[in-house]
This record gives sequence, C-alpha cells and structure tokens, in this order.
Amino acid sequence: MITELLVFLFRFLILILVQVVVLNNVQFSGFINPFVYIMFIMMLPVRMPKTFLLLAAFLTGLVVDVFSNTMGMHAAACVFMAYVRPTVLRIMAPRDGYETESSPSVKELGFTWFLIYAATLTFIHHFILFYIEVFRFSEFFTTFLRVLLSSVATLLTIMISQYLFGKPINEK
Amino acid sequence: MRSLFLLLWRNNFTLLFLFLWTICFYLIIRNNNFQQVSVFNSTNKVTASVLEAVNYVKEYINLKENNASLARENARLKSLLPDAYYENGVVKTIVADSTRSQQYSFITSRVVNNSVNRRNNYLTLDKGSVHGVKKDMGVISSSGVVGIVKDVSEHYCTVMSVLHKNTRISTRFKNSNYFGSLVWDGSDSKIASLLEVPKHVKFNNGDTLVTTVYSTIFPEGVMVGIVSGSELKPGDNFYAIKVRLSTNFANLSHVYIVDNLLKSEQLGLEAQTLSTDDN
Repeated sequence: MITELLVFLFRFLILILVQVVVLNNVQFSGFINPFVYIMFIMMLPVRMPKTFLLLAAFLTGLVVDVFSNTMGMHAAACVFMAYVRPTVLRIMAPRDGYETESSPSVKELGFTWFLIYAATLTFIHHFILFYIEVFRFSEFFTTFLRVLLSSVATLLTIMISQYLFGKPINEK
Repeated sequence: MRSLFLLLWRNNFTLLFLFLWTICFYLIIRNNNFQQVSVFNSTNKVTASVLEAVNYVKEYINLKENNASLARENARLKSLLPDAYYENGVVKTIVADSTRSQQYSFITSRVVNNSVNRRNNYLTLDKGSVHGVKKDMGVISSSGVVGIVKDVSEHYCTVMSVLHKNTRISTRFKNSNYFGSLVWDGSDSKIASLLEVPKHVKFNNGDTLVTTVYSTIFPEGVMVGIVSGSELKPGDNFYAIKVRLSTNFANLSHVYIVDNLLKSEQLGLEAQTLSTDDN
C-alpha cells in the first residue's frame, strides 16, 4: 500500500515536472500544447473513492496552474475530467469488471481500451481548458481546432510514455 | 429535512465537484485579467441596461433644458476660438525713396467669402476703410489678377472678381504690346475671353497675358493667364481668344489689395485735360 502511494507520488512529481519544465515551453505554431500531466489523473486506481479523485485532480490542476500562471484553468479542467472519469470507467467496464487493485494503463487493460479511455478524457479536459482560456464562443471553431490538435498531441505523448516508462509490459 | 440531507449525501460527489469548480472559477476570475474583465462586463451589462433605460427617460424629460445649456456653452466656446477674433493688424509697406517715388503699395488680405459658380461673382475681403481700402482698387493674388474693389465698409470690402459680367481688364501680350479687354463669358471659372485683339497680331497658343499700364487699377505686368485657343471668324476684324486664367478662383485664400498712390493725380490730370478740351 505504501509502495503504491509512493509510486503515485513519484509519478505525480515526474509528470508535473515534465509538464512544467518541458512541455509548457512546447508550442507548435501556437495551436498545439500537449498536456501530458493529465495522465496522472487517468492512472489513479479504479477503486479510489470519488471524492479523493476530485481532490487529487484539483490539486494536480492547481500545481500546474501555479507554474504556468493560469490560476484555476487547469484545476477546473482537471476537476471536470475527474468528475466524468467514473462514468467513463463504468461505460467502458470489461465484462467481468475491473480487478480490485487495478488502475487504468496499457499494461493492465490493453492498448485499444486505454487509447479510447485516454482519448475521451483528454478531449474532455482539453475542451474545458481551451474554452475557459478563450472565454468566449465567438472563436468557436478556431478554438475547437486547437482542442482537437492538442488532444492528438497529448494523446500521442501519453501513449508513448505508457511504453517508455513504468514496468515492462508483459502480456499476461 | 432528513430526505434533504439524504439527497445531499447521496450527491456528495457532484456537490464536491460543483464546490471545487466554484473555487476554480473564483481563482480564474480573480487572477486573470481577461476573464475578470469579461465577467464584470457581462455583470455590468445587466445593471447597465436597467440604468440606461431609466436614464433614457430622464434625458428625454430634460432635453429642452440640456439643449439650451449646450447651445449656451457652444456660443461661449465659439467666442473663445481664434477664428472669432477679427484681425485688425495690416501690413502695408511704403518705401521712402527719393529717386523713384513709389507708385503702388499692397495691403494683404484674407478672403472671407467667395463664389465662382454664379454669373456675377464677388469676393469679400477682411480689410476695409480702416485699413485704407477704397473703391476701385485692384485685387491680385500671388498667381494673378483677382478683381476690383466694389464696396468698402469699415472692416470689409467686396470685390467684383474677374468672373463678373461687368469686369473688363485691360490685358496685353507679354511679348508684344498689343492689347485687348479680358471678359468672362460665365461658363467656366478657369476660362475667360480676350476681345478686341486686331487680326494682324501674331501670337501662339501658350503666350502669356499680363495687365497693361493703361489701367490705373492694376500695376503693369501682373499675370492674367495663358492663351489656350483662338478663333477668327471670316469678315471679322478681331480675334476671339480663349484665355486660361492663372488665378484659381475656387481656392483663393490670401490676396493683395493694390493701392495706386498716384492714381488720383493721374485721374485728376486727365479730367482736367478733358474739361479744357470741352471748352
């Protein structure tokens, strides 16, 4: 249990660090900002109490906000993402349910499942984030394009890091 | 009451979510100028539209009073403008020279009213009898003749411009001494006609025309215009010459009033001669 907590804490630190130090400085033509740190919220255990989930998401978003000087925006997007996560998980539940200790990842639930799961949550997060940032609907389609492109970038980064980091994936 | 608490407890997830979102938006609005402005603008829109409606009615009730006070203010402000002041100064140069006595002096003047589109056009200048302007003085601009002073008041004078039925200006060719009378036929403010030039005179299009020495109104050699075309009808002894006027009457602003210092002497002498001739 303690080791698991440490693993999450470590993952949290690494992801925030990568996000703040590297990815926040990456902007392809002003349209694409990958936000890989949301992978932390995605990978929290399935059985985690929902309230803790929300609080964890809030905290994550807030830390990123503090570093990227966007007070509240990431927090709002993360909280919303955490809010819909249980619903997404319920809809995508395997036929025989999740294992008690499982947390979503390519290793545990397979490439296709995780891709769909990550894509859904990423899109939701980015949608909220970019529209809060723009804060008006007059540029709806421009913003939507940004949401889509950034979602793809984030998703790509998340899928790659699924293979690069963490324990080697053994097909059980 | 119990069921209310039960409802709240059952939805604690959603409530927490809403609570956190409230915090987030509070942070967003407090810390990001752009969102702050947007939100307060829209909040203001509601209150503002109510206040505006009230104001609209109030304004309408006070309309008459407001108009009157604005008109008063306008009048006061207008009287403070430099344009409201009449320029009383006059530049008039007289040179003391014993070998050549000066014949002409010039009074600078501003055109305060002007027309070019009537058959008989007048200008109004802002110099009058106070400044020494008299009837029948000539008026020229830097580019050529303008007209003849017609009436003079204390501070103003009216000028019968070249573009007038009764104006006839004695004009000659610059390169020969043949002369004629310049009149305006009333159609184009840039074109006048030169009459009474005998048919044996040789000239070309583009020849310059200037005032003659015969008139006591203008100094000799003031530019009048350029020959732009001519016609000699069969059996006619005089040319009909079209003249492109050198003065652009449509945008005159500063002109000179010509004061011929020897005019009365010349006219007096001529009158004397004519009267003795009669006897």
